[in-house]
Amino acid sequence: MVEVKHIIKSFDGRVVLNDINAVFEDGKTNLIIGRSGSGKTVLIKNIIGLMLPDSGAILYDGRDLTAMTKKETKHLRREMGMLFQGSALFDSMTVLENVMFPLDMFSKDSSKERRSRAEFCLERVNLQDAGHLFPSEISGGMMKRAAIARAIALQPKYLFCDEPNSGLDPKTSLIIDDLIHDITTDYNMTTIINTHDMNSVMNIGDNIIFIKEGNMEWRGHKDEIMTSTNKALNDFIFASDLFRKVKEVEMHQEEG
Amino acid sequence: MNKALHQLGEYSLLMKKSISIPDRWNMFFKQLVKEIYKLGVDSLWIVIIISVFIGTVIAIQVSLNIQSPLIPKFTIGYMTREIILLEFSSSIMALILAGKVGSNIASEIGTMRVTEQIDAMEIMGVNSANYLILPKIVGLMLFIPVLVIFSMFTGIIGGVFASYFVEGMSSTDFEYGLQYWYNSFYIWYSIIKSVVYAFIIASIASYFGYYVKGGALEVGKASTNSVVMSSIMILLADVILTQLLLT
Repeated sequence: MVEVKHIIKSFDGRVVLNDINAVFEDGKTNLIIGRSGSGKTVLIKNIIGLMLPDSGAILYDGRDLTAMTKKETKHLRREMGMLFQGSALFDSMTVLENVMFPLDMFSKDSSKERRSRAEFCLERVNLQDAGHLFPSEISGGMMKRAAIARAIALQPKYLFCDEPNSGLDPKTSLIIDDLIHDITTDYNMTTIINTHDMNSVMNIGDNIIFIKEGNMEWRGHKDEIMTSTNKALNDFIFASDLFRKVKEVEMHQEEG
Repeated sequence: MNKALHQLGEYSLLMKKSISIPDRWNMFFKQLVKEIYKLGVDSLWIVIIISVFIGTVIAIQVSLNIQSPLIPKFTIGYMTREIILLEFSSSIMALILAGKVGSNIASEIGTMRVTEQIDAMEIMGVNSANYLILPKIVGLMLFIPVLVIFSMFTGIIGGVFASYFVEGMSSTDFEYGLQYWYNSFYIWYSIIKSVVYAFIIASIASYFGYYVKGGALEVGKASTNSVVMSSIMILLADVILTQLLLT
């Protein structure tokens, strides 16, 4: 479980995160949603320690990231997996070498065992035939799946995803969403996803927090989001024609 | 001034982070071999080609400028050797390598930065500076003496070639001049200088690449800045090392 307590972060006097409190639970896909520039990327960067908050605490199963020594932070990082928006696969390595990289760096297993683990991870994301290819030779969806395989290679307790569906078509997005959700439940990981894709929200949003201009406006489950009365959240969701029409149809059905 | 001090501080901290014991020695050696091949072996041909031509041109130019009957002809070989050994094969070659190798390092690390590959390493708990930069610095420092020796050898071959085919030069005089008043320390002096230059090229290029912010345009700028800064530092180091080693 990851807990965020009273996080405040500002840049040049401009407050970007204002007293954020949230709990991200184990075995669930926790979504941070909001418009571009709302502060969700800054929040996820604070949670993973790429930025330090001005004040507040970030607790990983009770361990405060903001109070850790460098050695403790390094140890914690080995329990984390991260899926970046652009996949961030290493260009100079093949897909298999990418997945093996964290194992080569940290695993004490033999070379054969490491390779076998990497192949298992690739099989888990259905990329068993692409191990010999370089990132430049595979599609965007395959890159995302390879990045997921790399992220889970060390069996992390915490998985972070920054805009996992960015640049993908709706069908591939659905595959990536399902994959993340299945992995989260199978390995009982704490997964935190930063997204503004409403299809993902409705598909895998077990626990959702909505951020607007650095403030946490709403939290809840995907089943509650359509019926929420929060104006800021409604403005965000129903900016999409599709969701506005779905809402209208639902209202007509209820009236009928 | 503030910016320069800030950059110096950042550079020092990056070097402190880079020059530390690797997390995994086998990964370090794997990277080291790759870097020696990429930065060193791949530069061999350009070093050989430039050295042969410059050696030839030095011999011709010296020959054209020594027309006085009071100056012996073997001076051409002597001067060609001294120029190649003392300055060309180390300092001028380092300036050329700052362009080729330095821009390669800065753009490679810069691209990794802007595409979040370095962030990915950091999230895994890998010391990205140590993993990426240390093998480049060590690799270039280990291989640059080989490049210098090749440059000296092929530069002198170029001069010898000129002595056979250019009018007004005699190959016998040229070869005598090459051996005249030979001081073997000059080779060591050149190698010592080149090792320092290798550190300057690899570390400065890595610094500019590692701290890139933005996109492709900024990676290009970082690459250019790294070449400019490395060149200035090489020339400064040349003055200091010459003063320390030859006077």
